[in-house]
Amino acid sequence: MTDYSYTILIPLVPLAVFLFIGLTGHKMKPIVSGLIGTAGLAFGAILAYITAISYFWGGHEGAGYASIKAFEIPWLHVTKNLTISLGSLIDPISVMMLVVITTVSLMVHIYSLGYMKGEKGFHRFFAFLSLFSFSMLGLVLATNIFQMYIFWELVGVSSFLLIGFYYEKPSAVAASKKAFIVTRFADLGFLIGILMLSFNTQTFDFQTLVSQTGPAISQPGGAAFMGLSVLTWSLIFIFMGGAGKSAMFPLHIWLPDAMEGPTPVSALIHAATMVVAGVYLVARLFPVYALGAPDALTVVAWVGGISSLFAAVIACTQTDIKRVLAYSTMSQIGYMMLALGVSGYGGHDGLGFMAANFHLFTHAMFKALLFLGAGAVIHAVHNNDMSGMGGLRKYLPWTHATFLIACITIAGIPPLSGFFSKDEILVAAFHHNPVLFYIEYAVAGLTAFYMFRLYYSIFWGKETHYHHTPHEAPLVMIIPLLILAFGSIFAGFLPFEELVTSDGLPFELHTEWAIAIPSVLIALVGITVATIMYRKVTAIPDKIAGSVSHLYKWSYHKFYMDEVYLFVTKKIIFRFISRPIAWFDRHVVDGTMNGIAGVTQFASFNIRNLQSGKVQQYAYVFITGALVLVFIFVFLW
Amino acid sequence: MSIYDFLTMRHELLLTLIAILVLIIDLNLKPSQKHYIIPIVQVLFLLHVVIGFLPGNEGVMFGGMYRSSALTIIMKNILNVGVLIILFQSVTWLKSPDNREKISEYFILLFSTLIGMYFMISSGDFLMFYLGLEIATIPMAALAAYTHHQTRSAEAGIKLILSSALSSGVLLFGLSFIYGTTGSLYFDQVAEVYSNSSLQILAFIFFFAGMAFKISLVPFHLWTADVYEGAPVNVTSYLSVISKGAASFILIIILFTVFHSIAYLWKDMIYLIAILTMTVGNLFAMRQKNMKRFLAFSSIAQAGFILLGILGGNVTGMTSVIYFVLVYIFSNLGAFGVVSAILAVTGKESMDDYDGLYATNPKLSLLMTLSMFSLAGIPPVAGFFGKFFLFTAAASAGYYWLVLIAVLNATISLYYYLLVVKAMFINKNETPIAYFKSDLPTRIGLLACVLGIFVLGFWSQIYEIISSLSFGIVNF
Repeated sequence: MTDYSYTILIPLVPLAVFLFIGLTGHKMKPIVSGLIGTAGLAFGAILAYITAISYFWGGHEGAGYASIKAFEIPWLHVTKNLTISLGSLIDPISVMMLVVITTVSLMVHIYSLGYMKGEKGFHRFFAFLSLFSFSMLGLVLATNIFQMYIFWELVGVSSFLLIGFYYEKPSAVAASKKAFIVTRFADLGFLIGILMLSFNTQTFDFQTLVSQTGPAISQPGGAAFMGLSVLTWSLIFIFMGGAGKSAMFPLHIWLPDAMEGPTPVSALIHAATMVVAGVYLVARLFPVYALGAPDALTVVAWVGGISSLFAAVIACTQTDIKRVLAYSTMSQIGYMMLALGVSGYGGHDGLGFMAANFHLFTHAMFKALLFLGAGAVIHAVHNNDMSGMGGLRKYLPWTHATFLIACITIAGIPPLSGFFSKDEILVAAFHHNPVLFYIEYAVAGLTAFYMFRLYYSIFWGKETHYHHTPHEAPLVMIIPLLILAFGSIFAGFLPFEELVTSDGLPFELHTEWAIAIPSVLIALVGITVATIMYRKVTAIPDKIAGSVSHLYKWSYHKFYMDEVYLFVTKKIIFRFISRPIAWFDRHVVDGTMNGIAGVTQFASFNIRNLQSGKVQQYAYVFITGALVLVFIFVFLW
Repeated sequence: MSIYDFLTMRHELLLTLIAILVLIIDLNLKPSQKHYIIPIVQVLFLLHVVIGFLPGNEGVMFGGMYRSSALTIIMKNILNVGVLIILFQSVTWLKSPDNREKISEYFILLFSTLIGMYFMISSGDFLMFYLGLEIATIPMAALAAYTHHQTRSAEAGIKLILSSALSSGVLLFGLSFIYGTTGSLYFDQVAEVYSNSSLQILAFIFFFAGMAFKISLVPFHLWTADVYEGAPVNVTSYLSVISKGAASFILIIILFTVFHSIAYLWKDMIYLIAILTMTVGNLFAMRQKNMKRFLAFSSIAQAGFILLGILGGNVTGMTSVIYFVLVYIFSNLGAFGVVSAILAVTGKESMDDYDGLYATNPKLSLLMTLSMFSLAGIPPVAGFFGKFFLFTAAASAGYYWLVLIAVLNATISLYYYLLVVKAMFINKNETPIAYFKSDLPTRIGLLACVLGIFVLGFWSQIYEIISSLSFGIVNF
């Protein structure tokens, strides 16, 4: 068996870079810190590619791909049989994630060299990027669910730091807080789920958990609550953590606001890596979900389906280009969750599992491309709002071309990669749950529509007059765009059904044209509608918006989800729960504490005479103390 | 008995050799060259520490008077590491003009006390134990009076020698009763026949009072503050860390093995003394303005926490005590190291002088903060784990109320530890201590503390190793 222990270096190198830049960055030229960060990531990316090539194509023993514990050290012994370890686990999904994360992260690093040039805190930005890469890589390599939780929180922290990068801007600070608090709340569920799961199964280890003879799958019983087993409940709670990080309805409210961060950050964290952590989490525990608690999987499927539709509708009316992309991300992740939720285990039944990972992979490419392209646009016109854009195709030819490729890819037009991965998801949904399948058909049409609405509004549409003539981004930003465009076009030809499957064994894949052709047609309809409405300035959009004004208003205000949260927290939780507690805290708890403090001070003041400085008195106290002890223990005991 | 059997005593013999070597070298140095001894001692002692860690013989010698085991070896090694750090931290102070003439005295006295502690830890017999105790105590008084031209230091020496004479007297009184009632001084023979007759309880309490004096448990602690304040700061740190650690080791061994038959009794007694010690230590520490005095009382409170581990009475209990002492060595030496560095350069030792220190000496302030956090037991630094294991040990033996009181006391202690932090970071000062750069040995000594405070918290293997060597109350 090949030794993969070197994979531990993939996260450790960015950590070293983070410490180095963080501690000494202010002493070096900004560009040097950027180059060091990029070099560190490049090293990680090369290692990740080596790992992927030797794992997938380097020959393997027996049929299929085994899960290998490449490196592990015990860290804490909680009880005799419950140990928390740190290490790296190599299996198809973790290797795939290594490739995705290091590739996108490397592209973002290179891109940021140009995009962030001249920004205050350039080295801080790169230090945080390295910290994030370390956390994310540690997360996917985790050998046990507790290590994953540790890195899960680290990812949350580094995301918080990066969203709030422009900490002088109040909206950025508010957004970073919102992201942190909402995901933290979701992580509470995650932690409860972990504790329930590990209490039940006496293990944190992934290999033991997903083993078919392991305690989780072979004895999924346990006390039932509301008709569901303990295992089901713990998996639903764990999924809550995943839903928070992956911005699933109704825990999605932080994602659009998180766009306050620098655009490369949105590309890295809020498009390609961190937000798919929830998908990865479910995929990681997939055998437990599929074999031990199918009910929990149904929850996953419906949450994914509803989120994808909900986000797609909102995306149609937003005018901030990054927010459109944010909702599009949420919608696409909904697809992946849905695919996992409708999947079975093993062979062709595991089509959904494979499709989810396939879509995760292709989505990472084209969504990173979209964000970086949007960044290039924002870089050129210094504005996020598409109502202030138009006709940019002449000024930004490269950006325009790559953005168009990404739009066609996400719309699902063959032979670009998005078509293949989305098609597999639709097939999986069709065989499992027709309702969800038709929802996803609708979402496919909406996706094509809002993406081309975005595309035409930026690059076509009205001839806008700009203060400065927009100029194409520098080469260092164009190169990542080109590389990602290449990935978006060709990633679809990777034989995922042989590489990443639910049970590690390859299976035979047939294209079901009866499903594929209508989905392409729906996408083409969406594109056509968008072309008619937005290619030139017309009155059609306003008319349509007027005719469905209620729906339009609701969508424009994101279905008032933020307001619902505010109402629940401010009006209900604060007024009826927090205020009484605050009163109790101020008057009873604080009162007691102040009382104790006062008594302590008083006692402290009054016993000071004991310490007189006279050695004869010390001797007296010594002897008295000994004799009192003798008296107590000889005569009174 | 072959010559190789003496390897069993390698700690004691080697250190004795080093002490004699220092004496001989010092005699051959001209007055202007006296400070050359410092690097020589550092290298020799470093060798001694390394050799201590090498695997070596274990066994019983001199008909059971001397016992060496993996446990005693690790205890001695822990003390060695602490002493090594102190050697580095005291260089600046030793080189000052007042002390230049008598540098080697400091080392010889220090090593003599350490040899005494080794013998105490390895003793298998009360006579050996008492000899070790005296070897450890008498040079200590000389050390406290090291800067004898300063009244405070001379006073500290006198107070220490008078108080310890008294405590030794009481302890010896107890030992004579033990001998009288059991007819033996050997630990295992005493353990076999010890019972709860009044005379034996009296003997035990007198013995315990003598040990409590060394660890400065209330009410046998009164000497601590005066001596700690008066003695030179590097002697104080030795007293508060090494001497106290060694005495805790010996106390737990003797309680668990010799006095196991009256465990029910000493547990109740320690319960009472633990509460007294933690509370009184805290109440006094709150009001102190002098850093050395402040650390003296804080160390009394910390000794109270150690008792919780002893009360555990099982493997966890002993492990937690040894682990806590190890952590405490690094945390307290970190604090004393900063105090010593500032005192050696500026001569200031009042808490008010520390106001605004962060603005001028940020690194020292951060180290001080780290040490305070570790002493207070704030996660994730090592001090938290130290306290956590002590509390676990006591709770596992069912002492929930005591743990509650200890937690309250830990909270109170947080108050005064944070006072120091507040002084350095928040309080304004017109004339803060000016920026200065410590010399290399001091910085090495301080860096070792930083490493210790972090590494011990995260590297769980150390705890596992100690745990594999520890034992609970022996039941014959």
